[in-house]
Amino acid sequence: MFIKKRPSWALPHSEVTPESVYLNRRQFMSGTVAFAAGLSMPGLLSAAELPVPGESLDYVAMPGFSTDEKKTPFEDVTRYNNFYEFGTGKGDPARYADEMSVDPWSVVVEGECGRPGEYALEDLLKPHEYQERVYRLRCVEAWSMVIPWIGVPLADIIKRLEPNSRAKYVYFETLYDPDQMRGQRSLFSTIDWPYQEGLRMDEAMNELSFLAVGLYGKTMPNQNGAPIRLVVPWKYGFKSIKSIVKIRFQEERPKTTWEMLAPQEYGFYANVNPEVDHPRWSQKRERRLPSGLLSPNWMKTVKFNGYGEQVADLYKGMDLSKFY
Amino acid sequence: MNDKRMVDRPGFVLAFRLLAAFCACVPLLVLATNIASHSLGPDPGQEVTESLGLAAFQLLIVTLCMTPLKRWTGWVGWIRVRRMLGLFAFFYAVLHVLAFLQFILGWSDLWATFTKRPYIVAGALSFFMLVPLALTSTKGMMRRLGKSWKGLHKLIYLIAITAWVHFIWQARSDIGEMVAYGLVIVGLLALRWKWSGARGLIPFARG
Repeated sequence: MFIKKRPSWALPHSEVTPESVYLNRRQFMSGTVAFAAGLSMPGLLSAAELPVPGESLDYVAMPGFSTDEKKTPFEDVTRYNNFYEFGTGKGDPARYADEMSVDPWSVVVEGECGRPGEYALEDLLKPHEYQERVYRLRCVEAWSMVIPWIGVPLADIIKRLEPNSRAKYVYFETLYDPDQMRGQRSLFSTIDWPYQEGLRMDEAMNELSFLAVGLYGKTMPNQNGAPIRLVVPWKYGFKSIKSIVKIRFQEERPKTTWEMLAPQEYGFYANVNPEVDHPRWSQKRERRLPSGLLSPNWMKTVKFNGYGEQVADLYKGMDLSKFY
Repeated sequence: MNDKRMVDRPGFVLAFRLLAAFCACVPLLVLATNIASHSLGPDPGQEVTESLGLAAFQLLIVTLCMTPLKRWTGWVGWIRVRRMLGLFAFFYAVLHVLAFLQFILGWSDLWATFTKRPYIVAGALSFFMLVPLALTSTKGMMRRLGKSWKGLHKLIYLIAITAWVHFIWQARSDIGEMVAYGLVIVGLLALRWKWSGARGLIPFARG
């Protein structure tokens, strides 16, 4: 009802990526790896021989929601993560996220909606067909990736939960379980767990907002936010909250984790914006990963991460240097 | 039997200096190995820059440990490696700055970076204060500067603090590691305070 559907949404099953094409990806990746080795891009040679772990998912490709840009290899997408629940090092999540159990998983839905309750993940997802969308991910730290996500439009799930007229914002919360998440046990962490994020209702209902349950055709690796995470590609990566256990509809704007930690550095909106620098570094450019030592893969950062056509209207009349 | 203790023989001290030099090279060797084996992850420039900076910081702290070790053990070997370790710290700092300019900054945005980014300012300050110390580290300069040499080289205490600030300002949330480094630095400075009072810590002050 809120969404302008594109023709590409109604893809027939014949459009499902054939397995041979899917398998060709491996070939493509080996090629990439040979190329990468020449550019001194590390860590790929041995890994490329391993099959992508996880269970295969059935999905429909969404060319209208994808990019032709070169995808960041699976090995890099899954070994270079910010997921502070498992440590602040980029390699920590890949090392320690296995300590988290994601099955069974349930999501609590509460607040201003017609169907609150605790949903088993399968029940939340069951009526929906999975889509594959290849999105750019721009981290606030000035690096970026291109990732093929598998998941469901956030709007489709929200509609089923029947938010009422008082629902102006959606709040999301990550699992809090220090036994499984060593970063939450750290004495020196300044984050007030659990990790919290939020979107304005119209942002959440935007056609780009996506709840991902996998990547590269398989179920989500734990370090990338299994079993279900948000993907809002026009915003800095930290908005795309991982391992979601709670969704709440509310009238007041929620406080978000990074905003609470350093309000002068991280705002609620956190839209990718080269015109508004982070106080500690420039946001004008980004390094698209993998980046080589001799050939740093610099590129200009584009406003709204290049998704302005879909989202610029959401912020009409707002001073984005104030609402950063 | 020789009237000198074994540890005071020139050969032993020389061997110790070689060992110290080798240890100071280890971060560079590890980095070179990682670069050669492509095991720095998808953002090697960041990794290289960070590890060079950390090596410089660690060597700075190790350098500051030499005088206390000399006082506690009475052995001159510690002092014989002090200048070399300090110069290694400077060497890593130079590489760190170059790596930052090349891999992180790409030689653009220089002015804004060095004026508007607090943690960069702290790092740049540390680096620029290290330069005169490295330049005046020779025996000739020590002789020429006489008493003021010591006053100048007390800058190292200030550098330890600004370098630490450079690190802690980059921490996004977990500050455990830098708290530990901070405690070590506080301890090392406290020793100087104990030995020669607060003036012992202030550059150019008569100690």
